[in-house]
Amino acid sequence: MLDDFMVRAALAGAGVAIAAAPLGCFVVWRRMAYFGDATAHAAILGVAMSLAFSMSIFIGSMTVALMMALTVSVLSGRGYAMDTLLGVLAHSALAFGLVAVSFITGVRIDLMAYLFGDILAVTQGDLAVIWAGAAIVVALIGWRWSALLTATLNEDLAYASGIDPKREQLVLTFALAITVAVAIKVVGVLLIAAMLIIPAAAGRPLSRTPEGMAVAAGTIGIFSVIAGLRAAYEFDTPAGPSIVCVAALTFLLTSVFRNVRA
Amino acid sequence: MSLVDVEGLSVRYGARTVLSNVSLRIERGEIVTIVGPNGSGKTSMLRAIIGAVKPYRGRVTQGRDVTIGYVPQKLHIDETLPITVSRFLKLPSGATALDIEHALAQAGVPDLVNAQLSQLSGGQFQRVLLARALIKKPDLLLLDEATQGLDQRGSASFYQQIESVRQETGCAVLMISHELHVVMSASDRVICLNGHVCCEGTPAVVASAPEYRALFGTGTGGALALYRHEHDHGHDHTHGHTHDHGDHTHDCSEGSD
Ligand SMILES: Nc1ncnc2c1ncn2[C@@H]1O[C@H](COP(=O)(O)OP(=O)(O)OP(=O)(O)O)[C@@H](O)[C@H]1O
Ligand SMILES: [Mg+2]
Repeated sequence: MLDDFMVRAALAGAGVAIAAAPLGCFVVWRRMAYFGDATAHAAILGVAMSLAFSMSIFIGSMTVALMMALTVSVLSGRGYAMDTLLGVLAHSALAFGLVAVSFITGVRIDLMAYLFGDILAVTQGDLAVIWAGAAIVVALIGWRWSALLTATLNEDLAYASGIDPKREQLVLTFALAITVAVAIKVVGVLLIAAMLIIPAAAGRPLSRTPEGMAVAAGTIGIFSVIAGLRAAYEFDTPAGPSIVCVAALTFLLTSVFRNVRA
Repeated sequence: MSLVDVEGLSVRYGARTVLSNVSLRIERGEIVTIVGPNGSGKTSMLRAIIGAVKPYRGRVTQGRDVTIGYVPQKLHIDETLPITVSRFLKLPSGATALDIEHALAQAGVPDLVNAQLSQLSGGQFQRVLLARALIKKPDLLLLDEATQGLDQRGSASFYQQIESVRQETGCAVLMISHELHVVMSASDRVICLNGHVCCEGTPAVVASAPEYRALFGTGTGGALALYRHEHDHGHDHTHGHTHDHGDHTHDCSEGSD
């Protein structure tokens, strides 16, 4: 069954959707939408470095994404506005990445593949990486769930309960770096942030609890992957963007639902 | 040992010192109130106790296994985060449905179990915050203007509840309040803060201290005079003071910089 490229694509997309769901909720709650973007942009530099030093793309993009996330975490405590910081780091990392890629001679790389991903080209090996990454992310967030949630609600409430919000922020950052690294090949840099945020945002009107929202986001994410792939097959459209289109339409639908219910 | 022991604490934000050389010790079962003008470092003091701000100098020591219930001065719940009151009360370490029902009933809002946190009124939210602080049966309650936004009855029953919780569980209370007349009748000890400890002691001592008068004027004299009349007035002026008076009166009226 795993021989079928469509099945592999669906499984890969579902893996990304599952990791992105709880993470995306925190990204939305903490208003870190551009954090995902910035980390993803930085990952392009990682791809370039992986190709230059011929190491695995997963390791390269993971390393750079992590460094980027840590830099942001550290600098944000030093009086820089978060959006400025993210803007500077994201765009410079992307630019350095593109310049670095141009220096690599002899290797022809299709940068487009990393910007937009190629979910239909996923191998069984990629699948293993994606699902292992998703399992780590879900386990990590599940383990820290209550602490993360408390720290997200209010840092002082967290301190009073003996939780260190800075440590929880690091956990999130780490999970984000893993997600970007495993998803880069599937949905590509430009669409990772979309997979993080759109299903979570679409799940918001349907939920009454944080856990409910994470489950809703995951369900919507998986649905978007399957329906998007199906549509791409039917209409011969690009797979990654089709998935995001379905997610966006779902967002529209649930927003209407909220207005009707309210 | 004490629940919390603060020694020579100084707190800075950037280059600005907002608290200098504050010492304070809270024992089991006592109710201590911090009073002081806006910006005098009261909230910073509580935040230093919970570890949210690092001392610039001095140290804060918590007793072993001391559970803290904290009601912050302000708390914004983001619209994007769906959370019911009962889920909120379970954070971070869980509470039974029975505990939750009991806590909300005690706080006078029994019907809010399934309400969304972001949709509560200011006073309702304040009551829920208190319920959450109490649900863990804390050894020490830290209340930062916890009665803000409560109606008259709510405020009165709030103080009653604090008192009965203290008698039930023996927890200590360290609170910040601007309601001077209530403070004076509900506390064992009052600490008057203005960037440093201006004066401290029993309500009667503080109320008659010149440092306190310098800060709050004689406008509050009515409530205090009434208080002093009803209670003993045999207190020694210098009780609880560690520095000499003249210096302090000067510092206090100078403001927090
Ligand atoms: N996070 C912060 N960063 C920088 N300065 C701060 C911060 N928090 C408080 N301050 C400053 O520290 C001083 C003390 O603030 P604090 O909140 O402790 O006062 P307060 O006594 O609680 O006042 P209020 O009665 O208005 O609540 C104020 O001048 C305030 O501007
Ligand atoms: Mg304050």
